[in-house]
Amino acid sequence: MLDAFRLYLRYAAISIRGQLQYRASFALQTVGHLVTTAIEFLGIWALFERFGSLAGWRLGEVALFYGIADVTFAFSDSLSRGLDNFGATVKAGDFDRILLRPRSTILQLLGEELTLKRVGRLTQGAVVLIWASRAADIDWSIGKAALLAASIAGGVCLFIGLNVLQATSAFWTTETLEIWNAFTFGGNYASQYPLPIYRPWFRRFFTFVVPLACINYLPGIAILGRPDPLGVPIVAGWLAPLAGALFLGISLAIWRFGVRHYLSTGS
Amino acid sequence: MSPTDARPYRALAATRFRALLQYRGAALGGLFTQTFFGLVRIMILAAFYRASAVVPPLPFEAAVAYVWLGQAVFLLFPWTVDPDIRMLVRSGNVAYELCRPLDLHTLWLVRTIAMRTAPVLLRLVPMMIIAFAVLPAVGLGEWRMPAPASAAAGALWLASFAGAVLLSSAMTVVIYAGLLWTVGGEGVPVLVGTLAVLAGGLIIPLPLFPDWAQPVLIALPFAGLLDLPARIYTGVLAPSGAAAALGHQLVWTGVLIVLGRWLLARQLHRIVVQGG
Repeated sequence: MLDAFRLYLRYAAISIRGQLQYRASFALQTVGHLVTTAIEFLGIWALFERFGSLAGWRLGEVALFYGIADVTFAFSDSLSRGLDNFGATVKAGDFDRILLRPRSTILQLLGEELTLKRVGRLTQGAVVLIWASRAADIDWSIGKAALLAASIAGGVCLFIGLNVLQATSAFWTTETLEIWNAFTFGGNYASQYPLPIYRPWFRRFFTFVVPLACINYLPGIAILGRPDPLGVPIVAGWLAPLAGALFLGISLAIWRFGVRHYLSTGS
Repeated sequence: MSPTDARPYRALAATRFRALLQYRGAALGGLFTQTFFGLVRIMILAAFYRASAVVPPLPFEAAVAYVWLGQAVFLLFPWTVDPDIRMLVRSGNVAYELCRPLDLHTLWLVRTIAMRTAPVLLRLVPMMIIAFAVLPAVGLGEWRMPAPASAAAGALWLASFAGAVLLSSAMTVVIYAGLLWTVGGEGVPVLVGTLAVLAGGLIIPLPLFPDWAQPVLIALPFAGLLDLPARIYTGVLAPSGAAAALGHQLVWTGVLIVLGRWLLARQLHRIVVQGG
């Protein structure tokens, strides 16, 4: 296990060093990414400017959900690029090579690339989070800071889990289907807003099937110290981030099942 | 054959269009994602509208139509560049383009029109069918796409959609000139693309931005991509005002074509083709 972790760090270091060879391009991409994500928040701000409030939620509170979603997605997106490209890996027959090595397949795929581009999104998300904690008068404690870290960690697990499932589907379809974007990009987008504004079927799906609410909304209201309008007890928010790790565990089990059914494209 | 002969350009556009129509599987997956995003956007707007103490400048039904039109035509937006042209610029093969007895700006413009039209048509029609007919069938009737405000509004919307394709393509060729300048870097496309997404009305409908920003947003070329057509479709802009909207698109298209030609000519003047 420790050995695997050290190997991953090695992969990551190589990837980062490679990207830093093109400093100007890296700087431009980071700034570009920062701008493209900043306009999303500008849109939320404009809606609050126009309507005043969102069904009883203030901009500062929504900013907390937005910030958690953004930081989480920035981390998971930069970690799981190798999984994102998995369709191409299968198509080219490169997965055979990965199978030959006596190391975890997922680890090798994650190690393929650790992209730094997402630093832009990360910065933007962090700035929004800091602003949110002032605008929503969050009363920080060590416990709450730990909960914030746990929900981000849980969220990274959840999104990597989704990417693992997306990659697994490529064993059968050979392509990585764009449908998964609805859950990754779409899920991230939906979790920027408080869960109660959505329809019951939608909320249930993102609580029990793809547990995005558990890594964003539920810990979010625990941090805000605000009772849930739907009556979910606040203690649930403190335990909810675990759902992310559980989701990743299940995804990895499905991945192993998929690997057993892998047929090389033979090229 | 002279550079003013229209046939080679027409043939190029048709070939490119047919090639792009091949990606039907990708379109299906994309359609699901687009419907999902559309539903989330509408749920968010619905929550804002429900509890609103003020009367928004855009009726809810029009906002729903605006969202679905945006989901249907988002591929039209100049936030992607033709990967082939990017490669031409990177590899220096752009020199081959210069050897052709064709005008480079026109050549790239027709390529881009084909690139913008094919995927949009692949998604526009099915997206409209889903938004019109499938949503009511699965119990989401209140978020269905409303019909155009009138027959005239529908016809004028079609005209403005064509205008949006031209406008977006002219804008994209200006981006290509930027690619020549930065040797295929991402800076210019990202900047223009981001501006287009924001000021074009894809993030939120333009009428919902603060009132003080309205005159600027309406005057910018990006309004012609989605906002003006959506206003015509929903009747927010009466058919009598549609002429001004179409004029806005055409004038900006003209300006961008002139700008694109000038920039390309300038870049080509000092171009150094590397390679061996």
